[in-house]
Amino acid sequence: MTKRIILGAVAILLVIAAAYAAFFIAPEERTMGLIQRIFYFHAATAWAGEMTFFVCFLANLLYVWKRDPRYDWLGVSSAEVGLACITVVLITGPIWAHPVWGIWWTWDARLTSTFVLWLLYVSYLLLRTLVDEPDRRALLSALFGIFAFIDVPLVFFSIRWWRTQHPQPVIMGGSGSGLDPTMSKVFFFSVLAMHMLAAFLIVERYVLEKMKAEVDFLAREVEAQ
Amino acid sequence: MSLLSNTAVLLSKELRTEFRSRELLTTTVVFILVVLILFSFAISPTTDESREFGPGLLWLAILFAASLMLQPCFLREQSNDTLSSLRLAVSDPFSIFLAKLIANTVFLLLTELIMLPFFAIFYNVPILPEFHWLILVLFLGSLGVSVAGTALSAISAQARMRELLLPLLLLPLLTPVLVVSATVTVSLFEREPIVKGKGIAFLAVFDVVFLTALWLFGEYLLEE
Repeated sequence: MTKRIILGAVAILLVIAAAYAAFFIAPEERTMGLIQRIFYFHAATAWAGEMTFFVCFLANLLYVWKRDPRYDWLGVSSAEVGLACITVVLITGPIWAHPVWGIWWTWDARLTSTFVLWLLYVSYLLLRTLVDEPDRRALLSALFGIFAFIDVPLVFFSIRWWRTQHPQPVIMGGSGSGLDPTMSKVFFFSVLAMHMLAAFLIVERYVLEKMKAEVDFLAREVEAQ
Repeated sequence: MSLLSNTAVLLSKELRTEFRSRELLTTTVVFILVVLILFSFAISPTTDESREFGPGLLWLAILFAASLMLQPCFLREQSNDTLSSLRLAVSDPFSIFLAKLIANTVFLLLTELIMLPFFAIFYNVPILPEFHWLILVLFLGSLGVSVAGTALSAISAQARMRELLLPLLLLPLLTPVLVVSATVTVSLFEREPIVKGKGIAFLAVFDVVFLTALWLFGEYLLEE
């Protein structure tokens, strides 16, 4: 319990510090101006969301292998947190795009594949609501989670190669890309903050799922008597 | 060897069941036809537009039809509980998947071949000049749809609301197949050879990736 409180406090403090850094420390971008500061949340949340889905994928693999319900709890917790992160990305994206590109949405590779990613994990959570028996639900959703995760790179490259003019990524892109050093520091600090926040939310959601499983178990015991 | 011989026996069973009634094939052909005609009502394309958008609509119709056609694949085994006997009968449960997905690919390809002349007439596209490439794209695309669809129909058959669930699970997963097949098909009609090779290689990669995943994880899908 104390550990969870400490983790939560650290995560919230980091997010507040990241917000301060994004608004007051990072230099103003030359062409986009103020709106560019949304980048520190938009991209950092995207990274955290992708990491969270990777955790979900690992949990799914481990569940299929070990059949320990704890991996199922971790799977559903990380899928939900990841979905929340990607929802934030899909909302902050258009807010940033509208003043800069003049449109809310474009069917570009990263936008489109993020949207497909979001849809895949919505299906994952939907599937979970439609299977009643806990072990079956855990196994089927874990297998779908595995299929969904290996589909993500295929979605990304199919759209990138056949549907867009693929602009160079800004971070870890080719030559000519890159960030101002202060911007980059602020950005990686935001990435850290968002990962901590995601970790905190996953832990909380995991504890909730564990309690849910215990209550289900007790309810069935009572019913059986 | 037992994998191949088991698969062959199961495949002949799948094909015989279908060709006795031909229910799936006839309904799917009519479904695709209806969708193609409704599409042209919805957007009323000019000749150029129909060449440009036709292949995308064709592939969308194929995907919708497949998500309906793949429903009974495992459901049929549930009504008489034949799946457990099948699992006892074969040494490797992958052969059940292999037989079903080959059968589904055959059904899909047959419907597509029946639909192609209608598509060519309604959408005014020249299908003959690059016919062998077109068949290759249809084959690789349908194989990808069948591999992913067979796996997911084993999942959806065990859930509630299965009729709605299968398209929901399957269609987002098939985004790469739709994007690439449609683009390559357009390039075949417009005679742009550049896209062709890369696209066909990509479809093959998709098929291999999902076949491998099914081979690795398929047996867990059939657990009691």
